[in-house]
Amino acid sequence: MSSSTTLLPPRHYLNNGYGIKSWLLTRDHKRIALLYLAGVTFFFFLGGAFAVMIRLELATPAGDLMTDDTYNKMFTMHGVMMVFFFLIPAIPGVLGNFFIPIMIGAKDLAFPKLNLASWYIFMIGAAFTTYAVVTGGLDTGWTFYTPFSTASSTSAVVPAALGIFINGFSGILTGLNFIVTIHRMRAPGMTWFRLPLFVWSHYATSLIMVLGTPVLAITIVLVAAERIFSFGIFDPTRGGDPVLFQHLFWFYSHPAVYIMVLPAMGVISELIAAFCRKQVFGYTFVAFASLGIAILGFLVWGHHMFVAGQSVYAALIFSILSFLVAIPSAVKVFNWTATMYKGSISWETPMLYAIGFIGLFTIGGLTGLFLAAVGLDIHVTDTYFIVAHFHYIMVGGTIMAYLGGLHYWWPKIAGRTYNELLAKVSAAIIFFGFNLTFFPQFIVGYLGMPRRYHTYPPEFQVLNVLSSAGASILGIGYLLPMCYLAWSLRYGKLAGSNPWGAVGLEWTTTSPPPTDNFTETPVVTWDAYEYPTRVEGHVA
Amino acid sequence: MASHVDALYFFLIGLTAFFSMLIAGTIVFYAVKFRRRSPDSVGARIEGGLVLELTWSIIPFFIVLFIFGWGARVFFAMSRPPEETLNVYVVGKQWMWKFQHLNGQREINELHVPVGRAVKLIMTSEDVIHDVFVPAFRVKADVIPGRYTHLWFQPTKPGRYHLFCAEYCGTKHSGMVGQVVVQEPDEYEAWLATGRAEGSLASAGGKLFQDLACNTCHRPDAQGRGPILQGLYGKTITLASGERQVVDEAYLRESILNPGEKVTQGFQPVMPAYQGLVTEDGVLQLIEYVKSLQSGALTAPLRPATGGPAAGETRPARGNEVR
Amino acid sequence: MSPETSAAAGHHQHHPALAHHFDSLSQQTEASTLGMWVFLVTEVLFFGGALMAYSIYRSWYPDAFAVASHELDITLGTTNTVVLILSSLTMALAVHAAQLNERGKLMMFLAVTMILGATFLGIKTVEYYTKFVEHHVPGPSFQFEPEYFNHAQIFFSIYFVLTGLHALHMIIGLGIMTWMFIWVKNGVIDRDYVSPIEISGLYWHFVDIVWIFLFPLLYLIGRHVGAH
Repeated sequence: MSSSTTLLPPRHYLNNGYGIKSWLLTRDHKRIALLYLAGVTFFFFLGGAFAVMIRLELATPAGDLMTDDTYNKMFTMHGVMMVFFFLIPAIPGVLGNFFIPIMIGAKDLAFPKLNLASWYIFMIGAAFTTYAVVTGGLDTGWTFYTPFSTASSTSAVVPAALGIFINGFSGILTGLNFIVTIHRMRAPGMTWFRLPLFVWSHYATSLIMVLGTPVLAITIVLVAAERIFSFGIFDPTRGGDPVLFQHLFWFYSHPAVYIMVLPAMGVISELIAAFCRKQVFGYTFVAFASLGIAILGFLVWGHHMFVAGQSVYAALIFSILSFLVAIPSAVKVFNWTATMYKGSISWETPMLYAIGFIGLFTIGGLTGLFLAAVGLDIHVTDTYFIVAHFHYIMVGGTIMAYLGGLHYWWPKIAGRTYNELLAKVSAAIIFFGFNLTFFPQFIVGYLGMPRRYHTYPPEFQVLNVLSSAGASILGIGYLLPMCYLAWSLRYGKLAGSNPWGAVGLEWTTTSPPPTDNFTETPVVTWDAYEYPTRVEGHVA
Repeated sequence: MASHVDALYFFLIGLTAFFSMLIAGTIVFYAVKFRRRSPDSVGARIEGGLVLELTWSIIPFFIVLFIFGWGARVFFAMSRPPEETLNVYVVGKQWMWKFQHLNGQREINELHVPVGRAVKLIMTSEDVIHDVFVPAFRVKADVIPGRYTHLWFQPTKPGRYHLFCAEYCGTKHSGMVGQVVVQEPDEYEAWLATGRAEGSLASAGGKLFQDLACNTCHRPDAQGRGPILQGLYGKTITLASGERQVVDEAYLRESILNPGEKVTQGFQPVMPAYQGLVTEDGVLQLIEYVKSLQSGALTAPLRPATGGPAAGETRPARGNEVR
Repeated sequence: MSPETSAAAGHHQHHPALAHHFDSLSQQTEASTLGMWVFLVTEVLFFGGALMAYSIYRSWYPDAFAVASHELDITLGTTNTVVLILSSLTMALAVHAAQLNERGKLMMFLAVTMILGATFLGIKTVEYYTKFVEHHVPGPSFQFEPEYFNHAQIFFSIYFVLTGLHALHMIIGLGIMTWMFIWVKNGVIDRDYVSPIEISGLYWHFVDIVWIFLFPLLYLIGRHVGAH
């Protein structure tokens, strides 16, 4: 534990070597995590810029701000940037990379050079896609449905697809690294059931990354081959089946959404435990729920295709399985809530984000039940109801968890704390802006407004204006943390090794940690969230 | 049908509101009751409870089973059109809708239907995947190139209702909108009678049948090199591979465009592929023509000038209501 | 499950190949072996997607697939299969030699494996060239009997994707072999540090197994005894 006169440790991972080469050729998982932080932050704001354009256009029913083609490119590139270059890599790449080795008591991941390679592959893939974006753009939707993407679109499909293909390897290699690390690098005494739930959820995520992403890769190869060589695999005039693309695509892309949300759930487990100073209720159930979500998540892809012409029986099977996959998520929400019972609850910013996550994820997840019910999905699929559903989970869920984790671990990463009042105000702005943006979309979707529409009937305008107003507030909310977190790097109060009074291996080492994470390999004899009767010596 | 969908929707809204408020309320209550009172205090040591875990796993399991059942029931009703429907063919293409009534009447982006009858849309696309979505009727189905898809509805109130394309299809995806015009039966009949003199889909198909020389092999007697088409629609035949095949619209389409794979048993695979030689519209006309061929009859009767059912139209259907 | 502590691993001399974040060479070996197996699982899924597309189309268009398959050269295909299986044998012998610290034999077997691999790629090139000349490459230049024109294109599209990806994996395999050869020559591989050879062997065997699936699925449709 730290002393109350806080000093920065003399040598830590940030000052262990200066200069651009020491960063670009680093093998330290912590520095690689910060490389990812830079990358994902850039792509988040790029994707956000496209979102701003969308909401500006949709404030009026007519297509008066930009042409049809430009608008189609806006929503495509918003989706591609956000899904592949932010939501999938952010929590694993930044928080997972930084903290998994520390949480298991290791010096680094199993394959540090591979970890660095993963980052470069991520950046190269992103470069290809960004190149496609700036030289004309992509207009197929992030879902690339055939035959539009193979035969009809005249946009930069192949470079963009190539970028996503390359980026997929980044995910596969990161997942591989995490799996081997968690299996083989745990410190003495760190048994599987003493692991923090953050590690369990990243393990489950890594299983999905490793099993699902290759299917996306081959699907992209098939689309690219069709475009470049005029192969006919999805071409209906030659006997190909465009719906086959949908099966192959969604076989990956549905598990992908669990790649995006499981790490977030892992963060929430840590936040709830820390800010209630209590063992997570039902630890074993939460751990197995992560695995359950990963496995069941591979069996439900057809619920994206209820109107695509599947057989009635296929639809029913996918429907029941989609309902089942909701149950482990519900179990987690109940367990987190139960953890608060007789906790010692404090309301710093990370806890605000965690509670925001629980509320918004619950709503987003429950609207998933609407979609699993086939008879109802027929009406709301391909409308703004779907858009609202996934934004509640991805933005109200994942992004809030990411911000919560970033704020929670910021003192460990940077050695300094940020301005708590500004942080709380930003969290409130984000929460309010988010709901104003996306709640009206549930309504306008049920009323019949289709998604990916550039223009719409005037009766939908009021709800769209509300949504656009919310988006501007949300955008401001996201800019604020950038500012005060950056400011804190130089001027923030020194944090000490355990500013929150939390239990976890990461809080036993200095802030920032040394390059090898620990001065001595820890020997673990306690459970993941075993709070002592009193927490001593932390800086309140 | 719309009210059935809405009922499920509002039930789920209630369920969502209930559970969200339950969780939110519990959290707020705990947050106040168990707020940290001194900087060093920690929470109680509670690991979990099996009874509680089972309870909140099993109860949601039964709740979702119930929702699944309800959703499935609504879905079955949507997927099974009644026996007798008024059929309209739909061809989607970038970026417009072509509606073909059986009597030959064609519409672009507007679909006239009578109130109180079950209408079935048989749809295909000429290029990329589109989707027919009529929010007022709570129906939606993708329109796919190379295949036929279906949806059905029964309007209960006259009026004009939005029809949207709901599968992104390129530049003017959001411009690919239209209207379903539901009319009182007599207005509808009047509108129908203003149809083009060219005649019904089936008779146009008959003409095409001759123009494309189908009649040289498909004769109404046993002399032809191709199977007899009279009375063929709706029957189950045996293919050369031994498999059984129902002769429906999809099979007829495939047999015209790419006959090689599913040849009828007892016949040689000599029919040329008409892919590229006949449009989707033409295929629909030929299908209607074949459907109209009854055993012994050679051509489909033209629609009489005054009222009465035309070839392919059916009597008013019973069945679920739309609104 | 837990790794050996440093105390037990002969801490006076760290093997030069031991990376500093590992406690022992055995932990490092276990980690890299597990890593290669996980990677091979991803490859199964990768080829699996294409094989799924193949299965679906073959069940829909069995006749066209059979006719198109007969256009592939069965002699060259069989030769390639034998060549590849032989190369797996020589690879296994290389691993065995490494484990017995027989450096000369190891280098010889690696070289033979590479030669066999290059032979495979050479034969494949001949096959591809033949297909090109016969206008069996799908796209605007494709020619085929009219009855099966469209569906044969689907067969050949999948043929080129599957064998092309397989060939790419073989080229990468040859690169890995070269790298291993250099390491053996420079003494990086020794009796305590053979795991790179072993995991290279795993990769090579996997590439072989993929071909064992591809060969009957692509070349042997309808060629069983008794078929016309």
